[in-house]
Amino acid sequence: MYVKRFVHYFLGKSIRLATLLVAVSILSFILVDSSPIDPVRSYVGADMNRVSPEQRQEIAEYWGLNEPSYIQFSNWVKAILQGDLGTSLIYRSPVKDVIAERFLASLALMGVAWVLSGVIGFLLGIVSGMKEGTWLDRMIKGYCYTLASTPTFWLGLLLLMVFSVWLGWFPVGLGTPAGVVAEDVSFMEKLRHLLLPALTLSVVGISSIALHTRQKLIDVLNSDYIRYAKSKGTNGWKLIYHHGLRNISLPAISLHFASFGEIFGGAVLAEQVFSYPGLGQAVVDAGLGGDVPLLLGIVLCSTIFVFVGNLFADLLYNVVNPQIRRGRG
Amino acid sequence: MNLRIRTVFSILISFMLLLIVIVVGLLLGEDSFAINMERKNQAPSYDHLFGTDWLGRDMLVRTIKGLTLSIGVGLLAAFSSTLIALFLSLLASWNNLCDRIVTWLIDLFLSVPHIVILILISFSLGGGLRGVIMGLALTHWPHLTRVLRAEMLQVRSMEYVGVSQRLGKSRLWIARHHYAPHLLPQLFIGFLLLFPHAILHEAAITFLGFGLPAEQPAIGIILSESMRYLSIGMWWLAFFPGLCLLMVVGLFDMLGKNLRLLVDPFHGQKS
Repeated sequence: MYVKRFVHYFLGKSIRLATLLVAVSILSFILVDSSPIDPVRSYVGADMNRVSPEQRQEIAEYWGLNEPSYIQFSNWVKAILQGDLGTSLIYRSPVKDVIAERFLASLALMGVAWVLSGVIGFLLGIVSGMKEGTWLDRMIKGYCYTLASTPTFWLGLLLLMVFSVWLGWFPVGLGTPAGVVAEDVSFMEKLRHLLLPALTLSVVGISSIALHTRQKLIDVLNSDYIRYAKSKGTNGWKLIYHHGLRNISLPAISLHFASFGEIFGGAVLAEQVFSYPGLGQAVVDAGLGGDVPLLLGIVLCSTIFVFVGNLFADLLYNVVNPQIRRGRG
Repeated sequence: MNLRIRTVFSILISFMLLLIVIVVGLLLGEDSFAINMERKNQAPSYDHLFGTDWLGRDMLVRTIKGLTLSIGVGLLAAFSSTLIALFLSLLASWNNLCDRIVTWLIDLFLSVPHIVILILISFSLGGGLRGVIMGLALTHWPHLTRVLRAEMLQVRSMEYVGVSQRLGKSRLWIARHHYAPHLLPQLFIGFLLLFPHAILHEAAITFLGFGLPAEQPAIGIILSESMRYLSIGMWWLAFFPGLCLLMVVGLFDMLGKNLRLLVDPFHGQKS
């Protein structure tokens, strides 16, 4: 019975992902195809003057740019189905490799930031909800509202100014020290380069998770079973731990999983500020440099990333949550 | 002082402040932030509250100009996104098929990171201000559409709508007397609350280098230029413009939320 439902669930989700990817790839191909930016020019780059019209023609021929759009599209899709995302024009290497390498760097950044913002946000929310109406609650609330309207990249600039330029605690940018071969970079060095961007990025997620947790905790504390528990003499931390946390932690984690899209957007900005060599920097370069294969590849990749986040959120909410499970079964 | 009066006060104050920024920004001419090499790289002082940049341009003037541009772009983006949201939510209420199409569209737009969509649209229009505005205008509707659609569904299942239907009232009459009073406030508040998002996204996308040319006074451009001068300690280039952006975004957010408190009868007396 359970197995059947799980298979059903995952089949449904897979079909959803497939239709989503088809739609996203069609739409983004149309968008990219209608761009007035000349792909040959962005491939050749600064040497454009030295390329004769015949050579241009040959390059266009080589990349299949003279074919009608729908044939280009079908070629692209065929290649993708065989696992080939094309060649990046600005990095001069297969898109698959560029994305894999960059995604790993971004994943480290986003992972640290995601955990940090989740833990901090949840704790702030609990404290704020427990002390509802006090100055502490008001301070946390004010802090969250301010964070919500703070531009991520500006915060990154401030952190960069204070910690890297004034105090000199952290490097000014890049994912690794300059002038050192990639294999020689120690783990600590990498961590040192990661910390500031991750801190910037974690701020993005704190406010929503804290405000959500606060509201939920206040709702829970006003419920009948809390009154009953209080009348039995349970109070303080024990009350929160036994009756509050179990109720509010699942929705909070679920919400946090659903924020993958925002954290990706934040990563794009944070990576730009700290010149961190991740996927976000690659998408900006691809967009500015007219690198169509890379741009399309990253669009698909980020779509899958967001989908996975939502899938986890949905799983937590529908499958793990005992209340909903019983209601359905 | 009761809550309602306090709400009205803060609405007025935030509205006035924003109006001042816009009016001052529109009144300032091109020559007010002209290049002046004699006073370049100055730290904040009485003459130049926000300091000057490496071309001797007054940063306060550039910031206000940039904010005015941001608000203008935000206005356009919020307005067109609200229109799209209204249209789609009306479409969704037509029949079941339309509803499924609309929810699918919402899911589609929310499934790609917002900034990636903005980059794609900007790329497809070949960059420039047009690309930024179109991108912002076409991508901010999903959340509002969701809210409006839910509101419609709720109103539609109300008893008084059924009564009106059975009394033989036309669809238009029901729409005007039952739907509109619920939807219009939501629409207006949604429009205002779109502003902060649109402005932040505008700043972000120009910061990344899409859109406006470098001599335009946009907050994103000011901040991305300032990155080159941070390591030599010119902190004022980044600090004040960003702080002003934060304040404008916060003011819009406050305006929208307070108006919602005022308009919504169910939450008007709660804090």
